[in-house]
Formats: sequence, structure tokens, C-alpha cells
Amino acid sequence: MADQAAGTGGKGIGAHLGGHLRENGMILALVAIVIFFTVVVRVQLGVDFLSAQNITNLFLQNSYVIIMALGMLLVIVAGHIDLSIGSVVGFTGAVAAVLTVNMGWPVYAVIPACLLVGLCIGAAQGYWVAYWRIPSFIVTLAGMLVFRGLTLWLLAGQNVGPFPKSFQSLSTGFIPDAFGVGKPNMTALALVALAAVAILWMGLRARARDQQFGITPEPVAVFAIRNFVVAAALLFVGYKLATFRGLPNVVVVLSVLTVLYAFFTENTTTGRRIYALGGNEKAARLSGINTERLTFFAFCNMGVLASLAGMIVAARLNSSTPKAGVGFELDVIAAVFIGGASMTGGSGKIIGVVVGALIMGVMNNGMSILGIGIDYQQVIKGLVLLAAVIFDVYNKNK
Amino acid sequence: MARLLEMRGISKVFPGVRALDHVDLTVEAGEIHAICGENGAGKSTLMKVLSGVYPHGSYEGEILYDGATLANRGIRDSEEKGIIIIHQELALVPLLSIAENLFLGNEVAKNGIINWPSAFQQTEALLKKVGLSEPPTTQVGKLGVGKQQLIEIAKALAKDVRLLILDEPTAALQENDSQKLLDLMLELKAQGVTQIIISHKLNEIGRVADRITILRDGATVSTLDKADISEERIIRDMVGRDMAHRYPERDSNPGEVLMEVSGWNVWHPEQQGRQMIRDAGFTVRKGEIVGIAGLMGAGRTELAMSIFGHAYGRDISGTVKMGGKVVDTSSVTRAIAAGLAYVTEDRKQLGLVLDEPIVKNITLANLAGVATRGVLSRGREQQVAEEYRRAMSIRTPSVFQKVVNLSGGNQQKVVLSKWLFADPQVLILDEPTRGIDVGAKFEIYTIMNELAAQGRGVVMISSEMPELLGMCDRIYVMNEGRIAGELSKAEASQERIMSLILKNDGKARVA
Repeated sequence: MADQAAGTGGKGIGAHLGGHLRENGMILALVAIVIFFTVVVRVQLGVDFLSAQNITNLFLQNSYVIIMALGMLLVIVAGHIDLSIGSVVGFTGAVAAVLTVNMGWPVYAVIPACLLVGLCIGAAQGYWVAYWRIPSFIVTLAGMLVFRGLTLWLLAGQNVGPFPKSFQSLSTGFIPDAFGVGKPNMTALALVALAAVAILWMGLRARARDQQFGITPEPVAVFAIRNFVVAAALLFVGYKLATFRGLPNVVVVLSVLTVLYAFFTENTTTGRRIYALGGNEKAARLSGINTERLTFFAFCNMGVLASLAGMIVAARLNSSTPKAGVGFELDVIAAVFIGGASMTGGSGKIIGVVVGALIMGVMNNGMSILGIGIDYQQVIKGLVLLAAVIFDVYNKNK
Repeated sequence: MARLLEMRGISKVFPGVRALDHVDLTVEAGEIHAICGENGAGKSTLMKVLSGVYPHGSYEGEILYDGATLANRGIRDSEEKGIIIIHQELALVPLLSIAENLFLGNEVAKNGIINWPSAFQQTEALLKKVGLSEPPTTQVGKLGVGKQQLIEIAKALAKDVRLLILDEPTAALQENDSQKLLDLMLELKAQGVTQIIISHKLNEIGRVADRITILRDGATVSTLDKADISEERIIRDMVGRDMAHRYPERDSNPGEVLMEVSGWNVWHPEQQGRQMIRDAGFTVRKGEIVGIAGLMGAGRTELAMSIFGHAYGRDISGTVKMGGKVVDTSSVTRAIAAGLAYVTEDRKQLGLVLDEPIVKNITLANLAGVATRGVLSRGREQQVAEEYRRAMSIRTPSVFQKVVNLSGGNQQKVVLSKWLFADPQVLILDEPTRGIDVGAKFEIYTIMNELAAQGRGVVMISSEMPELLGMCDRIYVMNEGRIAGELSKAEASQERIMSLILKNDGKARVA
């Protein structure tokens, strides 16, 4: 044990950073991109990229990508893909519109109904993939067409809206200030501060546990810098949000889901089994893991998250349109791969995926503010995706 | 007779293994030359050297072919000279037609445009030569294995073959298909095609071979003329070696019967009507190490995997009893719950998640053992991994090392750890020492002895007979999906095992 500690002690910070290049590199890339846009927007347009309003917008615009990326990570880790989610977004939005606007259902009934619809869609697709071994690319490509068609049929090609206020608050609502109305919004500040403290505390606890079991912890400097960056970013964003309209409901949903899925993937037996399934399906099956059921579960979960995203998108647009969600699957899949998941399955982290989605979101937002044409935007996003994956492969082969 | 081929002093070294050690082989023009030897004796490696799979320079020694030195850079070179090998696993594209397969890479074409009428015409002529009358447009995948084997030979004929190498051509064939193939070999010989056949089946060798060369442990033992070929002589030459390795001492003290398999029948998962395991049965006692001997393709792995969660085959019938009670092993989860574990022969494909660290591989089969209500305890998981790292002396800087970076022996210890953590009563070890070095083999043997001493039952499937003789209390011999015999430690010898394998061949089916 002693010589082991000495051995790793000699490795130093540089070696450690090299070993965790991916995780730390992602966060650094995000920070660099944010700084880049802040400077360029300031110089070119003389406005603040990190204004409270723009930060709020960033989250409202990208929440659905992050939410679906959480589910897509599981699907991709299991070694599959889901191309249907854009259409599922459109379809569940349409269902929500028909139930709410045409049939007058209350919000508390519409939300579970739509989630159930998403679950059924996921189950229907997962069944063929898991138990019939039909390639997920085919099944979900079919699903993409089917549910787009059903969306058109359900909406009869029309926009259906507007939604009542209560439904809209899914996307555009904010957590009310418990300490009375004022700026900055104290509830938001308190929650964000609490989150920062919780992250720091969990990090310290993990370090203590690692030491207790003789795992060599990362160098103190790396730990400190990373946590400082994360906490500072969190507090900064929180403060900005607080000075505007407070914490959007979507951000709360997003944060809770992110924490839940991070816990699920890293700390539960089911989560671990999905990684094993993607890493080596045959070995997993011969270890007594029910690989079919896990694949089925991954698709069910994806369906539910896609329906949640569908409702958020509908609430944000305040109407359901037949075109809602077109091409979303590509943004989501790109976010997952930028976030470091492997195409062949078996690897990828929730935090990476969230950062990947934020990178895409910040680039979308920043380029739009700068007035860069949609043509160049597509090219740049494509190149970023390619570069991120090349970086991964290069690191792996090195 | 003129000498067509002379291989002199061929040596081929793989990392850690000397596969061929100064092998000599001479083949006369126009003869059928058989090559015999145990699994791992170096037959296939020798043929790969000859056919250019291992190019000139990657081996030592000299090959004279048709009087000139042969320096193949690849398979294409040797094929141009008329040396064509037909591997045990057929190299046909099942979704393409016979004609397309026959001329694959060798198309009847001008400037890249295929002349189909001519190709079909030639195909028909070639098919006639091998005694087939199928239309050239038939999809190869729709033919039986026997006919596919003949297509392979037709493909060789399409390339103007002079030296045809057949690697266990009848291993997958039924009796009458085998006979047809052997007839064809004799016909080709009459037309002047020199042939090398690798086979274990003595009745076949006796029928077609003019001479036979026997390899053992990567070296030539003898070359016999037809007149000298006898079963006893071949068996003696094939196995006649000392116990090259040492085995750890063990006080064997088997207790009551722990596991009993009876009436076990398994059918091939894809090929209709092909029975892989026929009415097999065996018992394992507490604290006993039981061996299963047999050649490749005898059905040993199929037997083990079909028992373990029906992971192989279909239409499986038969019973498995553990401690006298019939248990359900129809899924891997159930088999594990019944107290079984199966350590696969293919640890990279089937045993490990290579890109995951040691710790995650060790707990994979028993995640519940390190979790509370589905939530993993990283600390407990790591403790478990450290325990096994010590107990198995897995050599690694850390249990967080990815298993892909470990040596074969250490990978095998990780697989063993995984199954021991699931705490089985009976472990089936399939080729547990394949591809690992001698020192690590000894460690694996020691672990096996410890398992037996703990009162578990151990089933060891192995192609290395000395290993079975050195380790096992009893040995079952498998052949063509059947248990061909059972030998106690006192009865067992390499000669007895080999003769059980060989004598049963083909004959039992007729009887």
C-alpha cells in the first residue's frame, strides 16, 4: 500500500489530468466557448452574452435536449439508438393539446396521461428491439415516420392552442419567491447556494471514502480547482437568474432529473448492468443479466423522457404544431456523443452528456445572437461534433 | 515420384508460445498426405505458414515448392502457385450464388465487367467435376454443409489447384457426405491433384492417405508410409510425451453426489435437424474434479453452455439435479441460483467486459452481493475486489485497471473471481488454461484444488490430456456429442482417452 501511494504520488497533476482529460476537458471546453461568445458578443454588438435574460433563455431553449439526452445516454450505452424521439415530442405535444384544448382535461391529468403515452411508445419500440433483436436503427426509424404521421393526423395538419396558463408554466413558469417578491429572488439564491454546498460536500465525502478504502484520490489541486469552477459557475448563473425572474421550473426539473440519472447510472445495480450489457452483451448475459429486459427498459425510459420533453416544447410554444420536434433526435444524439459516449455502447457519463448538450446549446444561442446564418451554424455544429469524437478516438488509441 | 513440396525446419513463435519447432514435411507430387496430431500440436499453424497466412519472414525455415524457394507475401501469392487451403470454417458468402462464390476475387471479367454467360458455363463444368448438379444461381446458404464443402473444392479447382489442403474437411459432415468427399479426393488424385488432409479420423486416413505425418507439441514425430499406418502406432506417436508440466499435489476425497445430469439432448441453434448433444449424462461429487476430454467439435462446450442457462442450442431436453433435487437451469439467472457457474473458454468474447475495470468485472455476476436494495456500495465492492486480488494473486497495480490491459492468466483469475464471488456449488471450467503461460497455469490448478478442498465440485473441460490426467479424479470422454466413455484416475491414460475418441469415430453412428 505504501509503495503504491508513493508510485501514484510521483505521477503528479499532469498525469492525472491526462488520465481524466475527457471529463475535465469537456468542462474546460464549455467554459472556453462561453468566454469566447461573451467576448465576441461584447465586442461586436456591445451587449452582455451572460445577461440574466439570455441565461434564462439558454435553459428554456435547451431544456428538452438535456432531458432527452439523459434517456438517450442509456439507450446508447446499451448499444442502441433512438431516432424516433423528435416525432415522439411532436406526438405527445399533440396529445397534450388535444386533451387540454379540445377536451378540456386539467393539467394534473394531462401530464400523467402524456407520460403514459410516452411509456407505451417506448415499450412498443423496445419490445421489437429487445425481444426480436430487430436493429434499433430500423425500429426507431419506422417509429420516426409513424409518430410524425400520427401527429399530423391528430392535429389535422393545424396548430392547436393556446394552452391554459397552468400548462404553460411547465416551461415558462418560475419558482415563486418564498421570501416575498423582490430582486434578487431570494428563493432562487438559497436553492442554488444549497446546491453548491451539496456538490462540495458530496465531493469531499467521496474523497474521504476513497481514502478510507485506499483508493488514490485525485490531486488536491485538481479537486479544488474543479469544484471551485463548478461552484462559481453555479452561483454566478444562480445570481443572474435570481436578478431576472427567478428559477425557471424547467431548470428545477432538469437538475432533479440530472442528479437522479447520475445516481442511477453510477450507483445502482440496474445502472451498472446497462453498462455491462453495452460493453459486452454476451458476457453480461452469461453473468446472469437479463439483457433483453434492460434494453426494453432503456427504450421505455426514453419514451417517457421524450414525452416530458414534448410537453415542455408544446408549453413553450404555447401551441402544438405538426412540425414540433423535427430534427430534435439529431441534436440529442449529437449532445450524447459530444458528451463522450461511445458509439459501440458501454461508456458515457450523465455529467458529460449534460455538458455536451450545454455546449451545443451555447453555440446555438451564441451564433444566433451574432446573426450567423443557419447555413454556417449547421456546418460549425457538425464540425464540433466530429472534432469531439475524433478527440475521443485519438485519446483512446494513444 | 517427384517431390512437390518440402518444408524444412519450420519454426514459428507467438508471444510466449513456440507453436512450431523445426517441423519437417515433404509431400510427393500426386499423393494424398495426411497430417495428424492433438489439438495444439501445430497442424493449422503449419498450414497457415504454407498458405501464406503467415508471410515469408514471419517464420524460420525454408519451403521448397516445385524445386524453388517459396516466399509468400500473402495468401494471393500461394494461390497463384496453385496452393489452396480449405479451412475448417468454410469461407463462403452464404447470401451469394454458387457462381458468385466460385469466382469471388477471381471473377470471370474483362475490365471489371463480369461475363455472366461464361461464368455460368464454367461454374456448371466445375460443379460437374465435384459431382453437384445445382443451378449456378443457387444461394450457397441454402445448401447443406456437405454440399458447401464440395463448393469449396470446386472453388479451389477454379483456381487451377495443384496442392489442395483440407483442414478437417469432414468434421461437420454426416457419414454419407463424408464418403462422397473422400471419393472426390481420390478422383482428384487420379487427375493429378496433390492433397494434404488434416484429420483425426483414422478410418478416413486409412482410406485415402498414401502417407501420414504426425505432429506433437509443434514438432514432427514421424512420417509413415501407407503400409506402416496402424491405429496403435498413430496413437502412440500422437500422445507419446511425458508429463511435461507439474501439477500441485492434492488429497482427493470426493463426497456425495452434488450434481447429476442425465438424458441431455441439444440441437443446433440454426441448422435444422443437427443434433449436437446426444443423451449425455455425468455426475460430479463434492470435492471432486471431473474432466471432460474430447477433440474440438466433440460437443464439450455445447454441453456445458446448454446446461448453464440454456445459453447454447435449442430443443434442449434432459434433467439436471443438484443435491438430488431437479433444478431449473433454463436461464443463466436460474442456473446461478441453482449453484452453477460456467467459466467460458472464450474469456475475451464471453467472459469479460474488457473496457471495464477489474472491480466491475468481479462483481458482475453477483451485484446484489455489494448492493443494498439495488444501490451499490462502492466501498464494499472495492473491498471484495481487493480480497480476490489477494486470494487469486491477480497481478495489477490497482483493481481499477481495465481488464483489457491484463495478461491472459490474470484475466482468467478475474473471471474465476467473478464466479467465486457468486459462490457456486459446481464450477464448470471450459479450457481454463488456454492461452496462458506455464506459471499462471500452475496457479489456476492450485485454485482449482482449493475449490475442491472447499467441497465444491469442479468440472474441467480441456483439450490438453496431460492436464486432465494430472488434475482430475475422473474423466469423461466426449465424442460427436455423446459421452463415449468414463475413466477413473487409475484407468485413465492418454492412450485410453485417444482410443476412446478415435475408435468411436463414425462407427457408433452405423451401429
